[in-house]
Amino acid sequence: MPESTARLRCLLRLADTSLVLAQRLGEWVGHAPELEEDLGVANVALDLLGQARLFFAYASELEGLGRTEDDLAFARDTGEFLNLALVEQPNGDFGKTIVRQVLLDAFQLVLYEWLQRSSDARLAAIAAKSLKETRYHWRYSAGWLVRLGDGTEESHGRVQSALDELWRFTGELFAADEVDLALAASQIAPAPSELRAAWLAQVEPVLRDATLTRPPDVPYRWQGRCGEHSEHLGHLLAEMQYMHRAYPGASW
Amino acid sequence: MTSRAEWPLYEVFIRARSGLEHKHVGSVHAADARMAIEHARDVYTRRQEGVSIWVVRSVDIVASDPAEADALFEPARDKVYRHPTFYAIPDEVKNL
Repeated sequence: MPESTARLRCLLRLADTSLVLAQRLGEWVGHAPELEEDLGVANVALDLLGQARLFFAYASELEGLGRTEDDLAFARDTGEFLNLALVEQPNGDFGKTIVRQVLLDAFQLVLYEWLQRSSDARLAAIAAKSLKETRYHWRYSAGWLVRLGDGTEESHGRVQSALDELWRFTGELFAADEVDLALAASQIAPAPSELRAAWLAQVEPVLRDATLTRPPDVPYRWQGRCGEHSEHLGHLLAEMQYMHRAYPGASW
Repeated sequence: MTSRAEWPLYEVFIRARSGLEHKHVGSVHAADARMAIEHARDVYTRRQEGVSIWVVRSVDIVASDPAEADALFEPARDKVYRHPTFYAIPDEVKNL
């Protein structure tokens, strides 16, 4: 795979993962358990949206086809989205949202830490900026996971079953394809398998503090990053893209 | 829906930038101090309002009694000589 193609796909994976998760978190606005949590979750969503925009803007330039950020976000279909399947999973209760966030925040932490030293200077700069945001996201989500896991019997049970349900989507985080191999060779992006130990070192102590049991690893099956999605992404995109598709090019 | 106890209230103080004092900006509900800091950050510093946050449980604040206002504050009213208005402040001095 030519490096330019790989780089573009990598950027879309990063952008789509942040964008889809931002959209999911946005669903909490007006519905979070507390006013303060409403703002807290929305802040994380807006950080992620900002990251997605930076990745899209760079992707748009690299692609050179005149597709704008908006075109990339709002005019691609399910099969063209390259986000991790983990982030398109429905919010469920607040505990499930937190579990999903912990798994993803830990991943973005180790990923952006690597990427801030990428041989691609623009990518490195975006990663360095995003890393600061992600450190706060992690503080927020990990803090909540410990509270809920080490909370009441009810809250413990809920986050444990959310963890049992979502853990299977983490295999995808560390599976490599030709995109990753091409970029790892030129030190643009890491080989995903290389991040797994750091990710576990981040996640495991929090699971321990939260008195949660790490579910067994299951073989890698989901390929969101290759455009193969669960049934949930289509619904999410329908809502997210509706406005742009109904009024193409509208601005305010 | 089951009833539940409300989280305690925390008063929030923000330092706008280095060198200035912390100012009271409002309050948040939170289960503990750590969460109070996070809530204060999310509620009150979203527009770059601060570089430092203090939180203190509202119940730990001791307030003066409004009924004693006359005794406490009235005596200062006729002592204008206490105001630092009798000398010029150099232009270079900010935030006084």
